[in-house]
Amino acid sequence: MQRIGVFVCHCGTNIAATVDVKAVAEALSHEPGVVISQDYQYMCSESGQNLIKDAIKEHSLTGVVVCSCSPRMHENTFRKAAAAAGLNPYLVEIANIREQCSWIHKDIATATEKAVILGRAAVAKVHLNAPLTAGESPVVKRALVIGGGIAGIQTALDIAEAGFDVDIVEKEPTIGGKMAQIDKTFPTLDCAACILTPKMVECSQNERIHIHSFSEITDVKGFVGNFTVTIKKKARFVDETKCTGCGLCTEKCPMKKVPNEFNMGLDNRTAVYIPFAQAVPKVATIDPNYCLMLKTGKCGVCSKVCSVGAIDYKQTDKLVEEKYGAIVVATGFNPIKIDKYEEFAYSQSPDVVTSLELERLMNAAGPNGGTLLRPSDKTHPHTIVFVQCVGSRCDDEKGKPYCSKICCMYTAKHAMLIREKYPDTDVYVFYIDVRTPGKNFDEFYRRAVEQYGVHYIKGMVGKVTPRSDGKLEVQASDLLANEQLHIDADMVVLAAAIEPDKSARPLATMLTTQMDTNDFFTEAHPKLRPVESATAGIFLSGACQGPKDIPETVAQASAAAAKAIGLLCKNSITCNPCVAHSDELMCNGCSSCEKVCPYGAITYIDKEFRMPDRTTRIRRVASVNPAVCQGCGACTVACPSGAMDLNGFSNSQIMAEVDAICK
Amino acid sequence: MQVNENKEFQPLIVAFCCNWCSYAGADLSGTNRLNYPTNVKIIRVPCSCRVNPMFILRAFQRGADGVILCGCHPGDCHYTSGNYFTRRRMTLLFGMLDFLGIERDRTRVEWVSAAEGAKFAATMNEFTEAVKKLGPNRRLEDLRCRKQ
Amino acid sequence: MNNSLKDWIDITSGVNVRKCMRCGKCSAVCPSYDEMEYHPHQFVYMVEKGNIEPLMASESLYRCLTCFACVERCPRSVEPAKVVEAVRLASVRKQGNNHLIPDQIPEMLDDDMPQQAIVTAFRKYTK
Repeated sequence: MQRIGVFVCHCGTNIAATVDVKAVAEALSHEPGVVISQDYQYMCSESGQNLIKDAIKEHSLTGVVVCSCSPRMHENTFRKAAAAAGLNPYLVEIANIREQCSWIHKDIATATEKAVILGRAAVAKVHLNAPLTAGESPVVKRALVIGGGIAGIQTALDIAEAGFDVDIVEKEPTIGGKMAQIDKTFPTLDCAACILTPKMVECSQNERIHIHSFSEITDVKGFVGNFTVTIKKKARFVDETKCTGCGLCTEKCPMKKVPNEFNMGLDNRTAVYIPFAQAVPKVATIDPNYCLMLKTGKCGVCSKVCSVGAIDYKQTDKLVEEKYGAIVVATGFNPIKIDKYEEFAYSQSPDVVTSLELERLMNAAGPNGGTLLRPSDKTHPHTIVFVQCVGSRCDDEKGKPYCSKICCMYTAKHAMLIREKYPDTDVYVFYIDVRTPGKNFDEFYRRAVEQYGVHYIKGMVGKVTPRSDGKLEVQASDLLANEQLHIDADMVVLAAAIEPDKSARPLATMLTTQMDTNDFFTEAHPKLRPVESATAGIFLSGACQGPKDIPETVAQASAAAAKAIGLLCKNSITCNPCVAHSDELMCNGCSSCEKVCPYGAITYIDKEFRMPDRTTRIRRVASVNPAVCQGCGACTVACPSGAMDLNGFSNSQIMAEVDAICK
Repeated sequence: MQVNENKEFQPLIVAFCCNWCSYAGADLSGTNRLNYPTNVKIIRVPCSCRVNPMFILRAFQRGADGVILCGCHPGDCHYTSGNYFTRRRMTLLFGMLDFLGIERDRTRVEWVSAAEGAKFAATMNEFTEAVKKLGPNRRLEDLRCRKQ
Repeated sequence: MNNSLKDWIDITSGVNVRKCMRCGKCSAVCPSYDEMEYHPHQFVYMVEKGNIEPLMASESLYRCLTCFACVERCPRSVEPAKVVEAVRLASVRKQGNNHLIPDQIPEMLDDDMPQQAIVTAFRKYTK
């Protein structure tokens, strides 16, 4: 016989004002199996919890129902209290009479009636609760960081600092990401490479950090503490262990007309290349789309000049499988393709550039060696027009609905740098709003206007027309002066919106993490858990979670590292005991459950069964791995024979709740 | 079915809410004090795909006048793909119930995220009104289960 | 603030003027900007404020060529040309205030400016 205790909470007046708690306690005391029914001011308080603990001991309760706030709020509190009194914590059920009753209803009579029904459903359920024991699973003391930009680098460095092994998987031949392409950083104007490259070197020298460059994730299995990840090491046709990065092959390669991605295609590289001088790892890579040897079988110059014999034309993609306890996603961003905004003539004129292209044009290691020249005729531009919000803050079909956040500041930076270096240049910035919330950010923008004389115009550019004399005719509105402007510009710079990297969506599917409609990873809680994903063991770092500038990215990277370290420090983690299990006597081995399981937790085993006639028979039955199962219950509904059931939410339990509500 | 003094029909509505999105959404409508009728009684399930058609049939058998199933938005399921199963299963089940004489308006699947407290309350108000219009459910109800 | 007129324009145009973020791109692309007293972005803003009478009385209504450049370029899909069209309709349908007599039209025509009807037809038939 069950002995159930019911505890009704007043929650101050939160519940008691609209629900007659005494009446609820009284009504529930008549339910079958209820031996004690009490109400109290604050059940979650220490004395409230003691009330429950004492009742468990005194009445040797076999089940506890707490009528209080949402189980999302205090289920754990009451479970812990029950456990402390020697009752299995999973024999506690919560009836949510605050969020789902007292707070939404006004009439005391009907609200009380509903509270009684909710309490009754919980009592009916707790009758069927079984004691559950949470298992434990070990934590692999190694972390994976996906993406080797500044976010990934910082996260890896912090985790390594704490004494754990970290692998960085980077899809490009070198780590460094977008920050390596940037010339100067706002608001201090220090050189990006000067602050980034030491960190890259630190990564390569730290014995706890292992860099898988030119690699991609192809598969993720497992769960928090125990992920198995397949990494595809793409063929770079150069033996990483032998190559010294001397660069002789890149000098001698005859194929010199390959658009240089690092310089945004503004100049050319060779087919065998090292992306930039400070690349980490400093190893050459052969581009199979352009290499003559790989395409036609005739050349082989690089292999002849390589003194260490690192060139290997026969190299193929290699799959490596590794185990990790925690995964940090740091896949970063890309500027969007802006060809579709025809009004800005980006595809018509080489003098219309994106801001990232401008970074390369102004960079000392860029195509012009740091002198700002028009890409079309290599002359010095005298009038430059900046257009903000290209593709940002748009209606869904026109572009991205969000603000890309970094454009206002980098445009101010560009304008300032240009005015400083070339005071004879007129710089116009067309803005909708100038958004500069950040330490020293607004001061920086004001400096661009006040000290450097950048013309900020509230309005938007409507049309850019390349003219035959090489000028760009810019037609724009000046909203404050209420006039339409026509400017003859030499260059137009577009602040393209940024979007998450294309690899993020398939990766999210592999990691079973959530994404928003813009393909940014969704954090577990927008305020209180900003660096964790809703999937345990997966953390978010940098712009993959939303547009961010460098300081914010680094801050989030360290935060994600702290969360990952917190996980890796544990020797084992508690599993959710509310998992599926199969009744082997009922299972007919049809495989329906295996097909719907999103985690691959169900396998089939051949098991020997004794038949009624004393013979034995081997049957194929489902077996659930409780460490992998997350307890969604998809299999329980798919099972045609009713063999699958879910702990904590069993068929009979939910059915009892339905019955209690419909009584 | 409950009939109160002034004889206005008060339907009994069972709502199955997935733990991660819709139950949290229901909590949020509570936190924001957004009213919806007391007719709605919520049962928490880990995922909308945990809802066995059996539960819905049982509810109707025991005298529920409407059943609503709430889950995460497609693509946002905490368990990756659970709500897709729900969508397919319920399409079939509701078609069958319609055939049996349980009107389409008595059953519904709605996607409510943890951030959509307002949507949850609005959905429940609207659904209750719709079921009220249909009147008591007389099909499937097992009269032996009715309270005397 | 004329709410009933504003509602009428909202319904007739099918445009949600509150979607406007005041970037001014409509006025930046407008080919007849200099001919107008009120510019496309002002149409949207003034309709939102309910300040519609000045727009109805303005010649700007007939300077809009309905070329739809603003509709095409608006990042928020506000469709200013449709707002102008709705204000024009409001003015046309106003009884007892026929401020355009057919005989006067020839002298009002501007040789440099294309006609609304021609631009509209061009846009319609070249799609």
